[in-house]
Amino acid sequence: MTDQPNFEQLYRELEEAVHRLETGDLTLDESLALFEQSVRIAEQCNGLLDQAELRVRQLTARPNGGLTADPFAG
Amino acid sequence: MPQTNVYTVLQITAYIKSLFTGDPLLADVWLSAEVSGFTQATSGHCYFTLKDASAVIKAVIWRTQAGRMTLPRNGEAVLAHGYISVYEQGGAYQFYVDHIEPAGAGRLWLEFERLRGRLEAEGLFAAERKRAIPPRPARLGVATSPTAAALRDILRTLAARWPLVEVILAPTPVQGEQAPPGIVAAIQALNRWSAEREPLDAIILARGGGSIEELWAFNDERVARAIVASATPIITGVGHETDFTIADFAADLRAATPTAAATLATPDRRDLAASLASLTNAAHRDMTDRLAAARERTAGLTRRLARLSPEARLASNRQRVDEMHRRAALAMASRLREVRERLTGQQLRLAALDPTAVLARGYAIVSLPNGAVVTSVGQVKPHDALHVRVADGAFDVTVDGR
Repeated sequence: MTDQPNFEQLYRELEEAVHRLETGDLTLDESLALFEQSVRIAEQCNGLLDQAELRVRQLTARPNGGLTADPFAG
Repeated sequence: MPQTNVYTVLQITAYIKSLFTGDPLLADVWLSAEVSGFTQATSGHCYFTLKDASAVIKAVIWRTQAGRMTLPRNGEAVLAHGYISVYEQGGAYQFYVDHIEPAGAGRLWLEFERLRGRLEAEGLFAAERKRAIPPRPARLGVATSPTAAALRDILRTLAARWPLVEVILAPTPVQGEQAPPGIVAAIQALNRWSAEREPLDAIILARGGGSIEELWAFNDERVARAIVASATPIITGVGHETDFTIADFAADLRAATPTAAATLATPDRRDLAASLASLTNAAHRDMTDRLAAARERTAGLTRRLARLSPEARLASNRQRVDEMHRRAALAMASRLREVRERLTGQQLRLAALDPTAVLARGYAIVSLPNGAVVTSVGQVKPHDALHVRVADGAFDVTVDGR
């Protein structure tokens, strides 16, 4: 399975960046860099929200006792 | 006749009623009995008696309750729930029924109530056991029948609200004998997958609506214990709005239906987009403020800098130099004038001392041949040659005598 960037991680990063922008003791250079970073993260988040398609896999027990998860046909 | 402790009928009836209403057993009664004399008045209230082989109790179902239940028929064996209190005007105690059902189903209810009470006493449903559902899940487990409408409802809801989530489906029968062990196995398989392969944020345990018997697997003790033991938080969505199962009590979060479970498990991406926008706006606003403040500070510094600049200092120095220059020039001029005046004085004195001026007035200078000026008679003797100088020339003379 392809590993998408994790929305939750990005979202937390964004929250944290905005919080630091609002309260952090940053130099102007630092805050500009952080601001640009926030905008980039927000765009990534929006991209994920727009492009996502629900993926469904089904767990199957194997004879050896292991588990597999194969795409679920519906 | 004693005159103390004499009551009115109302007073003693109120006292008797207080004995009934103060008794916890009478406040919460399950009765297994047979219905007789059932009538529904035009007001909508229902009156009947519940009896067994050797006793009878009057029973009432109020109109508001009657509308919500299947009313019993005469001769029917029922299980009824309610409280027992006193009807003052009738001088009778009555059973006020809020739940009544055929005795077969009643057995199931009794079983349900017993299990619920036991597990509750054990602390399995305690509020502090409930775990929070992560607000923006990346991966959800779903334990349900792969062929049922409940799964389609869940997937449709997830796709619409939060397609970022990945669904791991653990198929299980959801009714019949195989359902409880199947549900337990599905919950365990999902937890194993979560621990060993890909972490799950939550598990949805769901089944569509059905009769109480069809939902019975969700009132199984094994299922309840598997839910409590699950390392991953579990959201139940079983049956319809009004159906409550033991699984619902054991779950971290209870949703009324499968669709509601999918909704509770996820945010709506449109809300998220809005909250992203507000976060970005906050960042933007803050940056604008910062830049404005920086600009303001810079402007202030520039003004201070202008006052302190070498150019400003230079200008003032230049002025001081000019001043010095002007004072020097003044001093010089006055000095010159003074010198010139003194020079003029000396010239006048010099002019006064000029011997030629004396010659012009008729005097002559007599000198010896050696050049010495004759200022005394003793310097000469007869026949000496002398040199005489007058204003316009000179001539030589000889001394005749003395």
